[in-house]
Amino acid sequence: MIQDIAASGKQQVSPHETVDSKGIVRILNGHRQQRGGLISVLGEIQSQYGYLPEDALRVVADETGNSLVDVYGVATFYRSFRLQPRGKHLICVCLGTACHVRGAPMVVEEFERRLAIQPGQTTPDREFTLETVNCLGACALGPIVVVDGCYFPGVRAQDVGQILEKARLERVEVPSMVAASG
Amino acid sequence: MASLNSIHHLKAFLGRLLGQRDLNTSTLVIPAGTCGRASGADLLIETARQEILDRGLSEKVLVRTTGCHGFCEMEPSVLVEPDRTFYPKADADSMVRIVDAVARGDVLEDLLFKSPETAQPIRSADDVPFFKGQNRTILSHNERVDPTSVETYIENGGYSAMVSVLEQGDPRWVVEEVKRSGLRGRGGAGFPTGLKWELLAKQPNGNGKFLVCNADEGDPGAYMDRSVLEGNPHSIIEGMLIGAFATGATEGIVYVRTEYPLAILNLKMALRQAYELGLLGDNILRTGLSFGISLVKGAGAFVCGEETAMIRSIEGKMGEPRQRPPFPVKRGIEGKPTLINNVETWANIPIIFRMGSEEYAKTGTNGNSGTKIFSLVGKVKNTGLVEVPMGITIKEIVYDIGGGPVGKVRIKAIQTGGPSGGCIPAERFDLPIDYDSLTQAGSMMGSGGMIVMDENTCMVDVARYFMNFLKDESCGKCFTCRKGTQRMFELLDDFSKGKGTLAQLDLLEELAQVVKDTTMCGLGQTAPNPVLSTLRYFRNEYLEHIEKARCPAGVCKELITYSINDKCVGCQACLKACAAGAITGEKKRQHVINPELCIKCGVCKSVCKVEAIDVA
Repeated sequence: MIQDIAASGKQQVSPHETVDSKGIVRILNGHRQQRGGLISVLGEIQSQYGYLPEDALRVVADETGNSLVDVYGVATFYRSFRLQPRGKHLICVCLGTACHVRGAPMVVEEFERRLAIQPGQTTPDREFTLETVNCLGACALGPIVVVDGCYFPGVRAQDVGQILEKARLERVEVPSMVAASG
Repeated sequence: MASLNSIHHLKAFLGRLLGQRDLNTSTLVIPAGTCGRASGADLLIETARQEILDRGLSEKVLVRTTGCHGFCEMEPSVLVEPDRTFYPKADADSMVRIVDAVARGDVLEDLLFKSPETAQPIRSADDVPFFKGQNRTILSHNERVDPTSVETYIENGGYSAMVSVLEQGDPRWVVEEVKRSGLRGRGGAGFPTGLKWELLAKQPNGNGKFLVCNADEGDPGAYMDRSVLEGNPHSIIEGMLIGAFATGATEGIVYVRTEYPLAILNLKMALRQAYELGLLGDNILRTGLSFGISLVKGAGAFVCGEETAMIRSIEGKMGEPRQRPPFPVKRGIEGKPTLINNVETWANIPIIFRMGSEEYAKTGTNGNSGTKIFSLVGKVKNTGLVEVPMGITIKEIVYDIGGGPVGKVRIKAIQTGGPSGGCIPAERFDLPIDYDSLTQAGSMMGSGGMIVMDENTCMVDVARYFMNFLKDESCGKCFTCRKGTQRMFELLDDFSKGKGTLAQLDLLEELAQVVKDTTMCGLGQTAPNPVLSTLRYFRNEYLEHIEKARCPAGVCKELITYSINDKCVGCQACLKACAAGAITGEKKRQHVINPELCIKCGVCKSVCKVEAIDVA
């Protein structure tokens, strides 16, 4: 999911747009010589579409000679792949151990309450997607929340409203590493 | 950058770099790892550069951006070389002042770190208690090296270990040196590294062999591998090159978890530089050694840290572990012999060859040589990365380096080893930190996460947290792991809601034993550890939950109520912050919480400045 946190500042293909099978083939060709095969292919498709559209998985299966079941298996085995389109803003709450003992569950619950969705879901107006991550490795600053690539350290439940407002107004600052990666 | 064609060329290149090197000019060293940037290091760097430019100080003051120095709690920070003045928690305004002071050769007392005991300013980073107690063999390089510049790595002794190995010329000697160093795998299990290398070296070399760097640091609460990879990627490349020479491996892979964008970015750049310089590729420095390294990104699966699962993931498949033997060293990636070492293990390799194995082995204790990096996080004052010699006690880490608890609470335990590890109670903090004593205490070294827990941490909740993690991350291949972790989670969830029975507690213990005995890979075999270790040391807390439906730490939501005591000054902060509208009261009068409406979100407690919110 971080890879699309990184991509979230960029222009993305609208989720309702039909999948361009030539584009998928281009991605596949770009990865033929590389290790990591299918996982890196799916990663790139997701960074372009924001999720893995079913049609794209079908093209990948056809082109690679894998069965759709195998492709679907990989797409669902790994946490970072998403089969549903995501909202305009991506909120990612770290639930690593250090964040947990410092109160991250209360932060997630506050996001759940304010957005009226569960982790993994997107608000009906497609503004926000809420996700949790096992550890972002910024444990000393926990609880950590990443919104559209911007890291918020030491978040408490009462900060949640402000964070959402910042995201809505597109006032989050993306650190250079996130802007440069993806 | 021109490619280097021989060892002689590399040495000449180093000579040129050292000739241009200037150790006397004041340099602002700004750590900009993930934590640094998350706390605002980007702004500091920009401000410093702009200020230096505006005031025409380019000759007098230099800026170096580096990876994480370890004291993450105090970031964004600035270290001024050469006198190592340390300015914690800097911001744009203080940065302007620091540039000015450095140009004048002055020190800003008010911005220095203050001693927690005497409140006196401490000037040098080396005198700050957090750094003082450490032995920063690996992490000190993070201060000296700009991870985006191979030159800064080389001028600080980088690639000299590889040169000495290539000049010595005997792969068997290299393996013996690693064996003599006593280095054990830093990924957690502690397998002797030299022995692993010897096993790979003995494999026939017909179709190629693989070296893998395991950077899938999945243990939540552990981030030293991220920090090393972000801050000093060339040390991993150099370690792997030495490994390739020693074992005859032909291809290297670094498997990095996707949650670490900066590590991926810096490693990609380092790999490109190493290829351009001719330090990777065919016939490296015309010595006959050919070795390439590629980067494979994970996609968020904890089990992929297990070596056979990682191999499948590298092959682009679902990361399900398989039965061993055959061990990867016989049949790994594409069926070829494969050796997997953790990031920190690889980072130790160049150090062993710079110091010599005998010197290296002097640090630490017998059977546990060298240093280990821990991520000291959770309920402790100084959070960050600490590198200490093996064999130091937990107490020294938590109190001397970590500074003890935050506020007036008692530290109750530490948790090490991630979801595979366990909790060690404060009564046993005299325990030396090494692979064997931690295992005997019911935990394990793991990759080095050390999460401090205090009175306000509920051990049933901690066990529930880990079991929730493990049931989600179990790949599902073994029935006993798939269902066992699920069922253990359900039992712990019942306990946390006050619905448990003593019979269920027995069932939990029995189940834990079954999962331990009957699963195939490390994830399942160690999955019961969080339960077993908390039961071993904190059985009382379980009993409080079961028999009295009480959570002594005030964490388990279903068992606690929030109320306001007479310390309340009626400031209305909690009333305004309460999203549920559960708090009422007039200004300057004690407020009241309506338990019917209270959603137990904890916001009132965190906004209250006079400790008037009770949780019981």
